[in-house]
Amino acid sequence: MPAADTMGGGPVSAPHAAPPAIELSGISKSFGPVQANKDIDLTVAKGSIHGIIGENGAGKSTLMSILYGFYKPDRGEIRVNGRAIQITDSMTAIRAGIGMVFQHFKLVRNFTVLENIILGAEDGPMLRPSLARARTRLRELAEEYELQVDPDEVIEELSVGHQQRVEILKALYRQADILILDEPTGVLTPAEADHLFRILRGLRDEGKTIILITHKLREIMEITDTVSVMRRGEMVASVTTAETSPEELAELMVGRKVLMEVDKQPAAPGETVLSVRDLRLVDDEGVERIRGISFDIREGEIVGIAGVSGNGQTQLLELLGGFPEKGATVGGEVVMNGHSLDLTGTKSDAATRRARGIGHVPEDRQDEGLIMDFAAWENVAFGYHHAPEYGRGVFMDRAAIRRDAEAKIERFDVRPPNPDLAARNFSGGNQQKIVVAREVERNPDLLLIGQPTRGVDIGAIEFIHKRIVELRDAGKAVLLVSVELDEIMSLSDRILVMFDGLIMGERQAATTTPGELGLLMAGVTDTENARDEDGIPPEHSHPVDRPDEATPRPEGGH
Amino acid sequence: MDINTIIQILDSAVRLMTPLLLACLAGLYSERSGVFDIGLEGKMLMAAFSAAAVAALTGSVWLGLLAGIAGSLMLSLVHGLASITFRGNQLISGVAINFLASGLTVLLGQKIFALGGRTPSLTGGGRFGAIRLPFAETLEPVPVIGPIYADLISGHSILVYVAFLCVPLTWWLLFRTRFGLRLRAVGENPASVDTAGVSVTRLRYVAIGICGVLCGLAGAYLATGLGAGFVKEMTAGRGFIALAALIFAKWRPWGALFATFLFGLLEAIAGRFPSIDLGIITVPSMFMNALPYILTVIILAGFVGRAIPPRAGGEPYVKER
Repeated sequence: MPAADTMGGGPVSAPHAAPPAIELSGISKSFGPVQANKDIDLTVAKGSIHGIIGENGAGKSTLMSILYGFYKPDRGEIRVNGRAIQITDSMTAIRAGIGMVFQHFKLVRNFTVLENIILGAEDGPMLRPSLARARTRLRELAEEYELQVDPDEVIEELSVGHQQRVEILKALYRQADILILDEPTGVLTPAEADHLFRILRGLRDEGKTIILITHKLREIMEITDTVSVMRRGEMVASVTTAETSPEELAELMVGRKVLMEVDKQPAAPGETVLSVRDLRLVDDEGVERIRGISFDIREGEIVGIAGVSGNGQTQLLELLGGFPEKGATVGGEVVMNGHSLDLTGTKSDAATRRARGIGHVPEDRQDEGLIMDFAAWENVAFGYHHAPEYGRGVFMDRAAIRRDAEAKIERFDVRPPNPDLAARNFSGGNQQKIVVAREVERNPDLLLIGQPTRGVDIGAIEFIHKRIVELRDAGKAVLLVSVELDEIMSLSDRILVMFDGLIMGERQAATTTPGELGLLMAGVTDTENARDEDGIPPEHSHPVDRPDEATPRPEGGH
Repeated sequence: MDINTIIQILDSAVRLMTPLLLACLAGLYSERSGVFDIGLEGKMLMAAFSAAAVAALTGSVWLGLLAGIAGSLMLSLVHGLASITFRGNQLISGVAINFLASGLTVLLGQKIFALGGRTPSLTGGGRFGAIRLPFAETLEPVPVIGPIYADLISGHSILVYVAFLCVPLTWWLLFRTRFGLRLRAVGENPASVDTAGVSVTRLRYVAIGICGVLCGLAGAYLATGLGAGFVKEMTAGRGFIALAALIFAKWRPWGALFATFLFGLLEAIAGRFPSIDLGIITVPSMFMNALPYILTVIILAGFVGRAIPPRAGGEPYVKER
């Protein structure tokens, strides 16, 4: 067994004396005309947790992909543990002791955990000995770092939190000393994220070096020792975490002062706009996605739905938006402005919903919100192309649509302000602005908005949040679905927590805590007397997978 | 129907399923690696022609076999260049290969032999003869077991035995070796293989190489084992039937054996009973001959359960973050 394996134990005695784990100097990389990384210098000390923070498109992922051998830098030098190396492919990176956990896991979904672990790191041409060795090694790693996972389970049966553990185990199995994690907490509940951070601290205390890429300031402050900030392909600062503040980091990221809190007055709710009673949805595979939920939304309030993704929020939004999953069976009643909505049949489509005053910013803007290859001005008209001002008889009035789109693009500060550019060529934040502009400018009585700021940079988040609050202040109702707890807490007036197709409880945004919501998100309703580990949700996200487990019970009358 | 008729039908099914089985396994390697291959037909045709042509010119069936494999490999390489290296559309590349083979074989055949695209009939050393397994004569008089051994198991050309041996071999390779693990992984999620430091391109080229060799065996068997020379379009859609069998088999080697046996059996029955008299109506021979193709359509239309193809199939691999 190579030496690296036995070296891992024990804290590093004198970290300042050892050469830095990673030293980058003058790294540049461009893709065509786009300069993704400009002359980057970065030093990461051995045995530390180093954060890299920046807006989307700042070049964080590119830089790390260069380090992992995915891209070749145009210029610059990489030193690992003081030795200059050329990382030409992932194999070189792995040999140099670098492991990477990608944002989108690189696992084979129908392989077992063990098969995924050994893939590419087999001992010989036969599988059996490799599998046996991996099984033993996995048990050791699991005990050492709180990384328990069933080695014979198939990946697609695992929760995302466990899949992520497999990715970390993969890197450790390859004896990685330097672990890079790209946006690791995006898919986790707060409790799962806490668990991950415990694991990372454990790894650091064993002498491993960890690089954490994220856009969440809270995580940086919580776990990192040092932090580097990237903006538009450049490294703008490297500081010790203890000596900085979230406000300072945000300013460095965006290049200007950023309002961290959403600035809003208390809500003044009016009449009920939407009333949902005992709503149920069974999908075409017979899985109950929504299991009898009831709630109201009134004029002038933002109701947030919190929850780990996959607990029925998507189906709820799609159902209210008029495009439930094909083959789904729907029950219950939805009343909008005093008239009941058709939940099935031809009148339950998105166009009818829009006519009834429901605007919808779907969760997945690239698949459902936009046609990526169409120009921005066309995308601004989608769904409203029958509007009288867009047409002349049976023809579309292209000039009118363009004028309208240009005005919206300007008001929403879409960059670049080029209506002819295909949606694909805008950044995530600007794509989202196009969708939000389309829906919000129609002044709907009810706005359904899913993951409004997923993959959106801080500057645009601030802008989109402001528009949502403005809509509320104009006396409209907003239903916000988000997996970002921070966003739910700062934007909503009332919070409903969904778990397993049920609404587990309702909280006032002003008085609740992330801990309390986190427990509800994991299906624990007794938030007063819960223990910490109750916040980890069951491994499987659907009741069909664990028929013998007790069904979660929502609080009170929900 | 007596035992001898049944044995004769099964015997003929075994011979007829052999090219299907080889082509089906060829497709299995390619598609398990994530490269869809509708060019099986073209590769078989090319192999059949080169095998027959070289066997006719040299009088050696073994040289013919090598030429068949070479011809098929050449087309595999074209497919690889188009769909792996240059990330082209795999279906279009496959269609192109089918057209290329269909035209090229007849053109070259006419140029070399001037027999309207045919090759001369092969005799003697130009064909694969039957292999008599030991004790076939001794056992022959024993009832039931005798004829089964002597006629059904013994007495086929070497390529038949090779094809049947390929089934357990493929299973072992796929599920018990490092190569198999990587091959299955690259067809499901090439990014997982790439990030593990293994070359996606090389794995896929190896897979289509194996596919080429197997198609070469299938084509050579058609022209020098089953038939005695090459005739225009002699594959008669077998490449497509093999693809249907592959779906039916859910991309598994033992399934491939079963699925191709079914097709072979249908073809054998159609050959043995051109028309079947059911009393009220007589099933015409055209219908019997069409049976394998009808079954293909039914399978492709998805009537036989849900078959989940390798997830990354048909997609050229492009690195992304």
